[in-house]
Amino acid sequence: MPIISIRDLVVEYDGRRILDGLNLDVEPGETMVLLGGSGSGKSTLLRQIIALERPKSGSVIVKGVDITRCSAAELKKVRHSIGVAFQSAALFNSLSVKDNVALPLREHTRLAPSIIDLMVWMKLAVVGLADFGKLLPSELSGGMKKRGAVARALALDPEILVLDEPSAGLDPIVAAELDELILLLKQAFQMTVVVVTHEMPSAFRIADRIAMLHQGKFVSVGTKDDIGTSQDPHVRHFLDRIPERMANATAVAAHFEQYLHNQETHQ
Amino acid sequence: MTNVLENVGKRSLNELDYVGSLNIQFWSTLRAMKSALPFVGNRYRWQATVRQMLQIGYDALPMVSLMAICMGFILAMQGASELRRFGALQYVVGLVAVGFTRELGPLLTAIAVSGRSGSAFAAEIGTMKVTEELDSLRVMALEPIEFVLAPKYLAALISVPCLTIISNSFGIVAGGLFMFFSTRLAPLLYLRYVLESIALRDVITGLIKSVAFATIIAHVGCLEGFLVRGGPDSVGRSTTRAVVKSTFLVIVADAVFTAIFYFTVRS
Repeated sequence: MPIISIRDLVVEYDGRRILDGLNLDVEPGETMVLLGGSGSGKSTLLRQIIALERPKSGSVIVKGVDITRCSAAELKKVRHSIGVAFQSAALFNSLSVKDNVALPLREHTRLAPSIIDLMVWMKLAVVGLADFGKLLPSELSGGMKKRGAVARALALDPEILVLDEPSAGLDPIVAAELDELILLLKQAFQMTVVVVTHEMPSAFRIADRIAMLHQGKFVSVGTKDDIGTSQDPHVRHFLDRIPERMANATAVAAHFEQYLHNQETHQ
Repeated sequence: MTNVLENVGKRSLNELDYVGSLNIQFWSTLRAMKSALPFVGNRYRWQATVRQMLQIGYDALPMVSLMAICMGFILAMQGASELRRFGALQYVVGLVAVGFTRELGPLLTAIAVSGRSGSAFAAEIGTMKVTEELDSLRVMALEPIEFVLAPKYLAALISVPCLTIISNSFGIVAGGLFMFFSTRLAPLLYLRYVLESIALRDVITGLIKSVAFATIIAHVGCLEGFLVRGGPDSVGRSTTRAVVKSTFLVIVADAVFTAIFYFTVRS
């Protein structure tokens, strides 16, 4: 039975369709990468999976609960089993890294402060930040902030880890380190991992399956090999870095000439 | 003509929508207040309340005191310049004492807190929204109203009346200094006249006003923060709106409360 099941999901903003009838199953323990270009709808899909927005129609079923229609109490319970690391890390700037990781433990458990400290240290050690707990997020590098966000996402030992663009804006070495961390987490904790990214090396390194989004629809869902050998034109354009719009120097020049002509006419 | 009516209608609906949002936020906050209380609430949330109390109250103390001293002098001098013509200089004492406890103390404090803390609430929450910190609270099954707003509101409810009492005291002391230097009225005699002029209901109506002003400042500031859309420029605009709207609403509420007390609490 899939741990996440998306059925006929439709999302619209101001009448503009962003996600168009998506269907996807994520099995327990697998790493599903949602791949797609800018504006393809992958971040919108992620926000539906973590119930930050409601769809126009369709359902998102997480651990057997339809999170698009469930009660607030059911949603709260489901959210305890999902850890999320946002693209901007979204660590609370007024709290130290240690306190950021401790926050969900303090709010949702009745553990003694000494036990919470121990658990926080363990989570920070897993992501390689054990010596940086006392620092504020503003004192960390981009890669460290993202690892801090992963540590906070792991705080309540979730079954599902959701990562939004984990390697965006990082240099290749730090991005590769984060990929290795995701693989380690999956191996060590047997988690289901959902990653949104447009970085292909990262996607092909960590994914069990890849779902490729284009203009709000899945154009291909399959294993790394399936995607790598796909002949779908949208997948090939993305993998082979073929631009869909070419900059045309003659058209640009004509546009400027027209603009100048209009300016002179108005004067 | 149709356009004018359309615009008036649209603006009216927007304002009604805003008032409705304030109303919903107010009741949601009241339900969430328990978690910010000492002993019965979450101990970490109470610590946040204390931090907010220091920011709203203690940090504003020099500014509010100085404003109250200046206003005390102004009121005493303006009153004296007119009352002297009728040989009724002794009425300056009552003017300053009653004027401050009923009106100027609460209003002056509210304007200072609106400028300092109302804008800070909007900026803090707006930035949290832009940097996805509010989203990260939601996915950790923590409600922003409970986690962010409730401690701020409780802190404002405690700090603003305390600041008002201090403001009243400094205003009256300034009036006393003026009377001493202009008429050689002994400080102890001045104090006796002050105590004869003001009744307990003057202090209580002033404090009721200050509680209402604290509610307006906290809720308008926080709502403006929650309404931030887009990037950092939107945070700047929300900060300005928070100060303008809360100051405007404080003055409107002052007029309403003054009318209510005028017609119901007669001496």
